[in-house]
Amino acid sequence: MYSFDPTEEQQMLIDTVKRYAEKDLREAAREAEEGGALLDKLVQKGWDLGLLQASMPEELGGFGEYSAVTGALAAEELAYGDLAAALAVLTPNLFTLPLLLQGDEAQADQYIPSIVEGAWQPYTAAFIEPYYDFDPNAMRASAKKEGDSYILQGEKAYVPYAAEAPAMLVYADLEGETQAFIVEADAEGLTIGERQKLLGLNALPLHELHLDQVQVAAGARLGGSEGHDFAPLLDSMRVGMAALGVGLARASFDYSRDYAKEREVLGSMIAQKQSIAFMLAEMATEIEATRLLTWEAAWQLDEEWEEASQTAYLAHSGAADMAMMVTDRGVQILGGHGYIREHPVELWMRNGRGITSLTGLALV
Amino acid sequence: MISFDKQSDKIQQTQMVVRTVAENMMRPVSRQMDEDEGAIPWDYINFMHTAMKSMGAASLVPQPESNGTADKRPRATYQLMAHNIEGLSWGDAGMYLCTPRGGLGSAAVEAAGTPEQKKKFLSRLNEEDPIFTAMAITEAQAGSDNSAIQCRAALDPGTNEWVLNGEKIFVTAGHKAMVDTDGFVVVWATLDPEAGRAGIRSFVIEAATPGIKITKKEKKLGIRSSDTVTFTLEDCRVPFENMLGDPEIKEKQETKGFKSAMQTFNITRPLVAASAIGVARAALEELKRLLAGQGVEIRYGLPRQKLTNVEREVIDMDCMLRSSWLLVLKAVWMSDNGQPNALEAAMSKLHAGEVVTKITQKAVEILGPLGYNRELLLEKWFRDAKINDIFEGTGQINRLIAARQLLGYSGAELR
Repeated sequence: MYSFDPTEEQQMLIDTVKRYAEKDLREAAREAEEGGALLDKLVQKGWDLGLLQASMPEELGGFGEYSAVTGALAAEELAYGDLAAALAVLTPNLFTLPLLLQGDEAQADQYIPSIVEGAWQPYTAAFIEPYYDFDPNAMRASAKKEGDSYILQGEKAYVPYAAEAPAMLVYADLEGETQAFIVEADAEGLTIGERQKLLGLNALPLHELHLDQVQVAAGARLGGSEGHDFAPLLDSMRVGMAALGVGLARASFDYSRDYAKEREVLGSMIAQKQSIAFMLAEMATEIEATRLLTWEAAWQLDEEWEEASQTAYLAHSGAADMAMMVTDRGVQILGGHGYIREHPVELWMRNGRGITSLTGLALV
Repeated sequence: MISFDKQSDKIQQTQMVVRTVAENMMRPVSRQMDEDEGAIPWDYINFMHTAMKSMGAASLVPQPESNGTADKRPRATYQLMAHNIEGLSWGDAGMYLCTPRGGLGSAAVEAAGTPEQKKKFLSRLNEEDPIFTAMAITEAQAGSDNSAIQCRAALDPGTNEWVLNGEKIFVTAGHKAMVDTDGFVVVWATLDPEAGRAGIRSFVIEAATPGIKITKKEKKLGIRSSDTVTFTLEDCRVPFENMLGDPEIKEKQETKGFKSAMQTFNITRPLVAASAIGVARAALEELKRLLAGQGVEIRYGLPRQKLTNVEREVIDMDCMLRSSWLLVLKAVWMSDNGQPNALEAAMSKLHAGEVVTKITQKAVEILGPLGYNRELLLEKWFRDAKINDIFEGTGQINRLIAARQLLGYSGAELR
């Protein structure tokens, strides 16, 4: 049967993350965006909520079990506060969750306990490539087997915290299949490019990356010598981005709804005019529809259903359109005020456009 | 716990039955029932009557909890109903609306009737021959604004009967309820046109009652096997106990009766949306089948930049259809759990009404000369689809309802 109630534990988690997102992240978001930096202590506070720790089993230093549904619920709440900070808090997941889900025992034991038990550290992943038609299933970065090692070659972009990361997962094409490889920061041939300047997400350090004949041991391939199944990781990235899109859109909806109820024009509040009220009704409906599709994709991932890949793809596709539509209207409802950087809606609109292109920056 | 497990035994079993009915009893006559507007699909009607009777299902519209009264009929959940309605509408939306044993009339009795009234009127659904029940609300000058109805009801103290006068239009299945079978129609009328909502009550008028007659049978864009009629009431007399609800409220100037009638919409709107989803799924599946036949494969998983326009359109439709269906499932899940769902019901209806309209329009467009041709059913679904954005509250009315809920506004604050 279908059912739409989060568990009690999930609800507690939602409430906790929401408080952090509303109070801490939202208040700091504008300054972080303008100044180009997030406060370390805020990111640490987000890490201390224990989202990643709660998805790890005890033997790996955590205190719970992995669930994409729970991950999606948490990601939505984080993005309700601020997308850049949400991505920062979730950056270590980019490295750690694939190790948990698809890594071999040696890989999990080597990295996960020290990451989970320590303070926030920017273990990261290099996924996106700087081409307009970037396709996660047909990457241009390549991996070649040579004796007992792999040689990585190619260009990557949008790598969070690349300049500070102790290690990262690098995704590359191996004989027609996308595979991830663990690359240490000091690997020879790895060049971290300048920090990227973007339409939004200016608080988050994102870098280009050049891999020139980077050699890694055979054991650095995620999953060991047999490798791993890439599809569930991509699904999880798509669900993650969809969930972030939902949270971001909710922020813009709530803000513009509240504004519309206080803004008087021609003798009544603008929310009392159907042209505005109907826009709000449509925004809320699309948010809810996408949210349910995202939950379904996450649930199917947890249950390892075959349809999970297609549902995740549809959820992300829908979330990309929805986030743009909603955040655009958020600006529109505020009118001239929406265009001024004193209000957050213009920032959310810039971030909203990113949902379509940023798959790979988060996974649940 | 959040779950999207569609593999509940009961839903799966009935879905298989529904699928068989849709494929074998609906699709083969779908075109003929559309071309021959006056035809009545008796084979389908009789089959459904017998099948539902043997399953113990009183009607397709499920019965809400009846506050501890001794009503022991098996409870079909709204979730199950939504699945059935979606499946039948996938077969043929017009014929689905010809499903006997109830309809909006019996839903109104369920929602607003006293235990005695439920016993009296609903037990008849189980008789040998199928019956239909209809609901008559709309008038020429009272559509979405149904508090403006002018049809009058007055008590004749001499005979203790209600005397009704007026005209009702757009009554779904009115002909089947009052002429083709021995059913009834629930008519909304006012005790005092000046009183607005406070004066409005609903009355059960049974077939063969003198004073009510059909004066028009509409010809429609789609859903043609479902009849839509105008009733004229001229000194139509019904017994005192045929006014739905507690007779006490007949004296009081209050809106309880009106509100309870309006609340049935929170239950029926997601079910109408489920019907819309069935039509949309039919069109999308047919579109994909025909495209595949022409060698077009939809490459799910590719970045948008690599997709053809047709692929993008189809993927957008998949996304709309699936998320719209989930809005329906959440709204009926709330109905099943007795949670207030005015917002979710309105959202599911406005979304599904728009989605089915878009999907069927796009499907005809994408298939070009094939789509426009009456050899396929796509053009029929395009016509059938549009009603879902209109009846049970137009898309605009549902936006208004949703917006009021979201903004915390009354009807006076957001008009």
